[in-house]
Amino acid sequence: MNDGGLIAVFLQNLPVLVVVIPLLLAPVVAIITAPRLAWAISLAGVGGAFLAAILLQSITESIGRVTYHLGNWEPPWGIEFVVDSATSLTLVIMTGLAFLATLYARASLMSEIKHTDLGKCYAAWLLASGGLFGLVATGDAFNLFVFLEISALSSVILISIGAGADRRALSAGFNYLVIGAVGATFYVIGVGFVYAITGTLNIADLAARIADIGGGAALYAGFGFMIAGIMVKAAVFPVHIWLPAAYGYAPSAVSSLLAAIATKAALYVLARLLFTLFAGVPDITELAVTYVIVPLSLAGIFVGTVMAIYEKDIKLLLAHSSVAQIGYIALGFGLASSASVAASFVHIGNHALIKGGLFMAVGGFVAALGSRANLASFVGIGRRMPITATAFTVCGLSLAGLPLTAGFISKLYLVRAILAEDAYVITALVLLSSALSLIYLWKIIEVMWMQPAPAKAPNLAENPAIYVPLWIVALANIWFGVDASWLVAASRAAAAALLGGGL
Amino acid sequence: MLMQLAAIWNYLIVILLMMVGLFLVISRANLVKKLVGLSIFQTSVFLFYITLGRVSGGTAPILTDAPDTLYSNPLPHVLILTAIVVGVATTALGLALILRIRESFGSIEEDEILAAKNESAAADMAQAKPGAEA
Amino acid sequence: MMTPQTALLVGILAPLVVACLTPFLASRPVWRDAAGPIGGVVTFIAALHVALAVQAGETPRLFVAQIVDGLAIDFAVTPLGAIFGLVASGLWIFAGLYSVGYMRGAKEKHQTRFAAFYAVAVHAAMAIAWSGNLLVLFIFYEILTFSTYPLVTHKESQAARDAGRLYMSILVGTSIVLLLPAVIWVWMVTGNLEFRSGGILADALDPKMAPVLLALFAFGVGKAALMPIHRWLPAAMVAPTPVSALLHAVAVVKAGVFTILTVVVYVFGIDFLSASGATTWLVWLASFTILSSSFVAITKDDIKARLAYSTISQLSYIVLGAAIASSVAVQGAALHIVMHAAGKITLFFCAGAIYVQAHLTKISELDGQGREMPWVFAAFFIGALSIIGIPPAGGSWSKFMLMVGAVDSQLYFVLSVLGLSSLLNIYYLLEPLSRGFFRPKVKDVTIESHPLVVIPPVITALLSLALFFYVDLFADLASLMVAP
Repeated sequence: MNDGGLIAVFLQNLPVLVVVIPLLLAPVVAIITAPRLAWAISLAGVGGAFLAAILLQSITESIGRVTYHLGNWEPPWGIEFVVDSATSLTLVIMTGLAFLATLYARASLMSEIKHTDLGKCYAAWLLASGGLFGLVATGDAFNLFVFLEISALSSVILISIGAGADRRALSAGFNYLVIGAVGATFYVIGVGFVYAITGTLNIADLAARIADIGGGAALYAGFGFMIAGIMVKAAVFPVHIWLPAAYGYAPSAVSSLLAAIATKAALYVLARLLFTLFAGVPDITELAVTYVIVPLSLAGIFVGTVMAIYEKDIKLLLAHSSVAQIGYIALGFGLASSASVAASFVHIGNHALIKGGLFMAVGGFVAALGSRANLASFVGIGRRMPITATAFTVCGLSLAGLPLTAGFISKLYLVRAILAEDAYVITALVLLSSALSLIYLWKIIEVMWMQPAPAKAPNLAENPAIYVPLWIVALANIWFGVDASWLVAASRAAAAALLGGGL
Repeated sequence: MLMQLAAIWNYLIVILLMMVGLFLVISRANLVKKLVGLSIFQTSVFLFYITLGRVSGGTAPILTDAPDTLYSNPLPHVLILTAIVVGVATTALGLALILRIRESFGSIEEDEILAAKNESAAADMAQAKPGAEA
Repeated sequence: MMTPQTALLVGILAPLVVACLTPFLASRPVWRDAAGPIGGVVTFIAALHVALAVQAGETPRLFVAQIVDGLAIDFAVTPLGAIFGLVASGLWIFAGLYSVGYMRGAKEKHQTRFAAFYAVAVHAAMAIAWSGNLLVLFIFYEILTFSTYPLVTHKESQAARDAGRLYMSILVGTSIVLLLPAVIWVWMVTGNLEFRSGGILADALDPKMAPVLLALFAFGVGKAALMPIHRWLPAAMVAPTPVSALLHAVAVVKAGVFTILTVVVYVFGIDFLSASGATTWLVWLASFTILSSSFVAITKDDIKARLAYSTISQLSYIVLGAAIASSVAVQGAALHIVMHAAGKITLFFCAGAIYVQAHLTKISELDGQGREMPWVFAAFFIGALSIIGIPPAGGSWSKFMLMVGAVDSQLYFVLSVLGLSSLLNIYYLLEPLSRGFFRPKVKDVTIESHPLVVIPPVITALLSLALFFYVDLFADLASLMVAP
């Protein structure tokens, strides 16, 4: 381990570094009282994870698959971290957006939560990020549960910190805690069943033994519990009920972080379960995707869209829209063709950019307005805060899938993948929902730009610390709309890795 | 029939606890009772794992000198140790949140909190009327 | 001397440059307002270069970016595209001048935003005209919709916002739900989206599916205003008249019919389409739209509403030409893009001139006003002649070719449709004139003279006449379009 110098050590330990850098820095940050220093360390921690993820991505591009054995215990006895093309793409997307959200967090959190809470907030921030990265990187079914809980508990803290500005954050956090814990417990029950019949917890080993066993009541029960538990975490309809309030009342920076990475990690795990862990029992997975995942995704798409259309509070509106967007991603996994899974990965990346950017922009409005962002306070805000409002509009158009934005690429590939399956009804429903999503978006844009601001309303100050990260995300939305080659190629590789026999 | 059920009495207890816990989580409006339900639910899973690890006739998995000792499987115990820690953390965080909820809403009953939340929502829209902040 | 490639670049960028400069010139209204017409001249010269190169048999190309493997943002000018590019850029010069006069005369607010989005819309129209594949066409089709939204909603009144909603929901709704899957379908079966003469679908698509795909295109392109998705066009008339004139008589609606023509000629291929018999229903629907919107037009007293329904009717002439899918009919349709554009922009200019100078918007109020505004009414007369299709106005050429095309394909009922429609045209377009000159005044108004709203319609009216005599360039391009 020591013969290659520090860099070699760094490279060898990449899969675990993505996770432990943020986790180890969390207690350090927790005892720091200077908010700026705490923020800088957090930024460095998430940035380190981002760097590691980028390196992992380039390694998996060339050699395909990287593993790491914690404490040098050989699998299946020890805990293994496994990174293939699907993992590394998800990690790059998550760490990248987490980095931008951290960059943005300083000014936004400063305006929304009590200054004495900041140090602890950054600690929870790092724990949540590290936990979510771990969720993706780990190759051990029980370890996955631990990361699920690390990220859930710290997310609850992050959401509840919003109580400084709005007490409703407390009950949103509590609901998430309870529902999330039930979901995680379901997952762990499922793991118990699977462990009982196979005697192993390593995902690759499990997959092989499950394929040998090939069926049976205990296996099906384990499958059902695990999938149901993860669906709660991924906020697939109808177990999405924790999400709107959680994202709606959390501090804006937290909404931006969680919307960009939290459900994405759970969706990735869902895909892993379907296509890797239970790949050996196609009869049950096919049943699950055809009769559970696909119909629920479609229902989620419409419920989320319709709720968003009737919502007046901007953050809640965006949260409802997230439910719909999660539906698109789950739908892609549900169709289970290599094109549709690739389309889901494309949308995981693009939706992280879109929602991350939108919540950042809302945070900018909240900081300047000093009140909640809703349709009434948004009247004429386009002329009062042009920089933030333009970025919001760019990300919003991307959400609606206007060409030359990232959202369009998602739509293009998703529709193509669905059409290739000859699923005309689903195609029509997806397109219809996409047209409906324009309604809630347009409602905001109309109020922002096409209504005169109230007579005495002053121009509002815009903070560069808020709009610079915001614009980076907004420009990324345009960049990935014009040149999507990298994301599409990486998503295809991810789908191939996921469907091609797994780990 | 009865004999069959008696042979799996440990699983029956697990299921009973599971249902009781989940029912409490869903049906109680009182947040503390919800949390109690959640703890019972999680505890049922702990028992489930411990039961799985038991090998009939096996002793506690402590290395003895006798070569052909039958041990119970220690791994589930270890896993559950972790799960217990997680459960404790969940309960602690939940209780802390309930305290804060009681401070700001003056109640720990869900319906009363909901009513208070609706007031906040109405206040938001009123506060944000055009020109209010000018 | 510019190469065609440079001209292509200039033609696409010039409107965009105008759009980007406009906000910075907000404090200097003279320069801001001059930017539009200057940009128009530059764009038109570029378009002329490109068109001459296409006439000489070249295909100017420009590669911008690779979106993903197999899909690129690139431009390649087809003969049909050259025609549309000339129309959009040429008329922008006059519309630019006119809108300065109109916006100042009518004392509209937010003139900077107006000028900027106006230029963005022209940019999108140019990019549509010269797009090198169906995806680029779709991209700029959407951008055109979004960029015209602030123009339609310009007044920021409740009525304007309602109209804006209808406008967006129909145009964007149809494009997402119908046009996008059509594009993706073509992409799936052919593997590329390029425009080729003779089409790309001939061997790739099951002829039985051709009517379905054609229907997705015909209704997906809401901008072509086929019934029953025409409602957005009358709604869009709430916009200031320069928008109605250039965009809702020329750029936007022509982008719609241009898309349909392009799809018919370069994606399906007229041989494949006429062999598959996929277009029969479209012939009927277009005929129905032509007649019924003419009847609706008669009932409208508001000048702009009447012109809007007239536009719907005229657009279906072009769709009809595409649906007949014979060589002559398609050429007629292409020519009609030019002729109708020149004629209809004149009529809208006149409607706006009457509003700015006399504050009249209803036809019933025009009684006896002819002598007060002789130039405006004269221009209106020539524009109307061109739309009706009476020599010596340009519109007679395209109508003639459409009729020949119908006879060629033995669709004799189309002849009666065209004939009846012409009669209706005469009635509803000449009524304002007869009222203006042959009836006693019903309303005394003071005429404020604004030369900038009178000169453009006179010029475009003369242009409509000139197009009768100098149609060669357009006729050449149109025949190149169907050349193998």
